Amino acid sequence: MKHLRPINRKAERIDQAASMIEEDVVALQQQQPPPPPKPHVPMGCALSFSPGWEVDAGGGTAGLCQPVERDIYDCYVTCFWPVQVPDHVNYSPDWASNCAIATKDWRKLDLVFP
Amino acid sequence: MTTMTSMAATRYRRGELHEFQAAGQAFVYLVSAGAIFALDDGACAVLRQLGEREMSHGELVAALVEHGHARSDAEELIAELRYVRGIVSDAVTPVSAQPTSPPADFPLQALVLNITNQCNLACTYCYEFGADKIATPEGKPKYMTLETATASVDFLLAQSAGRQAVHITFFGGETLMNFKLLRSVVEYAREQAAAQGRGIGFSLTTNATLLTDEIIAFLADNEIGVTVSMDGPPDLQDLRRVDKRGRGTYRIIEPKLRKLIARHKSRAITARVTLTDGVTDVVRIYRHLKDDLGFDEVGFAPVTSNGDQAYAIADPDMDSVLDQFNQLADEWLAYALRGRRHGFSNVSETIGELIQGVNKSHPCGAGLGLLGVSPSGDLSPCHRFTDADTHTLGHVSSGVDAAKREDFLARGHVSAKYECATCWARPLCAGGCHHEAFVRYGDTGHANLHYCDWIRQWTDTCLRIYGAVAAQNPQFLEHFAERKALS
Repeated sequence: MKHLRPINRKAERIDQAASMIEEDVVALQQQQPPPPPKPHVPMGCALSFSPGWEVDAGGGTAGLCQPVERDIYDCYVTCFWPVQVPDHVNYSPDWASNCAIATKDWRKLDLVFP
Repeated sequence: MTTMTSMAATRYRRGELHEFQAAGQAFVYLVSAGAIFALDDGACAVLRQLGEREMSHGELVAALVEHGHARSDAEELIAELRYVRGIVSDAVTPVSAQPTSPPADFPLQALVLNITNQCNLACTYCYEFGADKIATPEGKPKYMTLETATASVDFLLAQSAGRQAVHITFFGGETLMNFKLLRSVVEYAREQAAAQGRGIGFSLTTNATLLTDEIIAFLADNEIGVTVSMDGPPDLQDLRRVDKRGRGTYRIIEPKLRKLIARHKSRAITARVTLTDGVTDVVRIYRHLKDDLGFDEVGFAPVTSNGDQAYAIADPDMDSVLDQFNQLADEWLAYALRGRRHGFSNVSETIGELIQGVNKSHPCGAGLGLLGVSPSGDLSPCHRFTDADTHTLGHVSSGVDAAKREDFLARGHVSAKYECATCWARPLCAGGCHHEAFVRYGDTGHANLHYCDWIRQWTDTCLRIYGAVAAQNPQFLEHFAERKALS
C-alpha cells in the first residue's frame, strides 16, 4: 500500500493480503515478477494454408501462440480463421472492441449468436 | 457505468480506529484487527474529512482533489483505507469484526500448581485469604501430594498435544512452604517431557521470606523464573505485607533478595507490586526495586477488591498512578531509543502484544491454554480461582469438565460484554481480569467497568511509545516479538 505503512505484524499481514489482490489472478499463474510488455506479435501463427496449429512452422509445438487465449484473438485480428472466430469482415466488426490486450482482457470476448 | 454511479453514491464514515501521534508522525490503531499503520498526509486528510461528517465517494474524491491529490491518487487512497477498514461504507456489510472463539480442544500451554494453600504471611489485601476471598479451602488438603503433582504433570503433557514446550508455574499460598514437592515435580516433569522430546519451563511466585541459600541455588541451577510479590521500600512493604502478628516483612526478605539476585542469573527475577491505598508511589517503588535491590523487571497492578475495602485505591490516587506510569513509560521510551531495555514490565508486556497485533477473544489464557490446580487436584480457570467451589473446572485425574469450561469461556468472550463492543481498546483488554470481575460484579463475564478510562489512557500511552520506537528504532521492537506467549 502506498499511503499506509504497516508497523506491526498484523498490519504486515493485511498489507501482504492487499498486495495479492492488487495483482490480477489468472489460472495457473506463477508467483513471478511480470515480464516486460512485448509487442503484439502472434508467435508461430500458422499460415492459412498450413495444416493448422497442431504444429508450428518448425514442426514442434513450442512456437504456437502463447498464451493459448491468444489463439482465438490473433486468428481473428491478424489472420482470420474461419471456423473458431466470428466473422469480423461481415457480421461482427465490434466483437473484439472490448479486448485491447488479449492476455489481460480475454474474458471480455463473448459468444456470437448468428 | 452503473457501477460508477453506485460507487459515487456510496457514503463513507470512519471505521473503528484510534488515531495517535508519535515522533511527529500520525498513526492509526485499527480495532477490528489490532493492526497499526503509519499514515501519510493524504490518509490523515481522509480521516479528518470523515471525522466531521459522512461523505459520498464523489464528495470525498472532490475534497481530496482540492487538497492537491491527483484523482487517481485519491481513488487509490480511498481504496486502501477501505481495504483496512479505516473507513467503512454502508454499501458493504462487513463480516463480524469480533474474534471467534478458540476451538474446544485448544491445547494447554501452562499449568499453575498451587502446591499449598497455606501462607506464613497475613497480607491484609490478599485475594486468597482477605476480605474478598472466594476460596473455600475448608476440609480440603492444605499441601499438594506428590501423587497429585505427578498426575498434574501427566495431565499437562497429555492435554498439550502439538506444543513443543509447556510451562509449569508454582504458586501458593506461599509456594516455598512446599519446596520439597516443588523439587520433586521439577525432576519428574523434566524426565517426562524429555521422554517425549519436548521442552518444559518453570517459574514460581513467592513472598521471599523462606528463601535459603540451598533454595536459591536450586532455582538458579534449574533455570526457574522467580517472581517476588513485594510492595516496595520498608515503609510501603510493611504497611500491608505483614506476618500473622502484624509485623512488617521487609527486614526479613531484604538480605534474601540480595542473595537471590546476586546468585540467580539464568532467568529474569521480577518483582510484582500490588498498589493499594497509601501504596501508590509508583516511581519511588520502581527506583527502589530496580535500582537499589536490582530486580530485572518490576510490574505493578492495583489491588483487586469489591470497591468498598479500606485498602482499595481512591480514584484521584489512580490518576496519580497513571501520571507516574506515564513518567516511567517516557523513561522506557528514552531507553528504547538508545537500544537499552528498561525494567518497567507494564510497558514491555503491552509492547509485546502490540507488535503481534493481538486481537483477544478473552482477556487472558485462563481456561484456554492455562489452568490452575489446587492442592487437592481440582482444576480452575487460573490460580486466582484455586479452591473456589464456584469455579471448579474438573480434576486432574478426570480431566476438564467441558460444560463448565464452555460456560466460563462463553461468559468471558469479549463479544458477550456489551460495553466492550464500542471500545477501541478491546483487542488488548477484552474486558479485563475474570477474577477481578467476579469479585467486583459477581460475574466473571462482566466487563471491568471501573477501570475502562484508565485502561484506554494507558493503552494510548503504550501505542504512542510503540509508534515512536517503530519510527526511530524499529529493530528494538523485535526483542519483544516472542515475549507474549500465552500467559
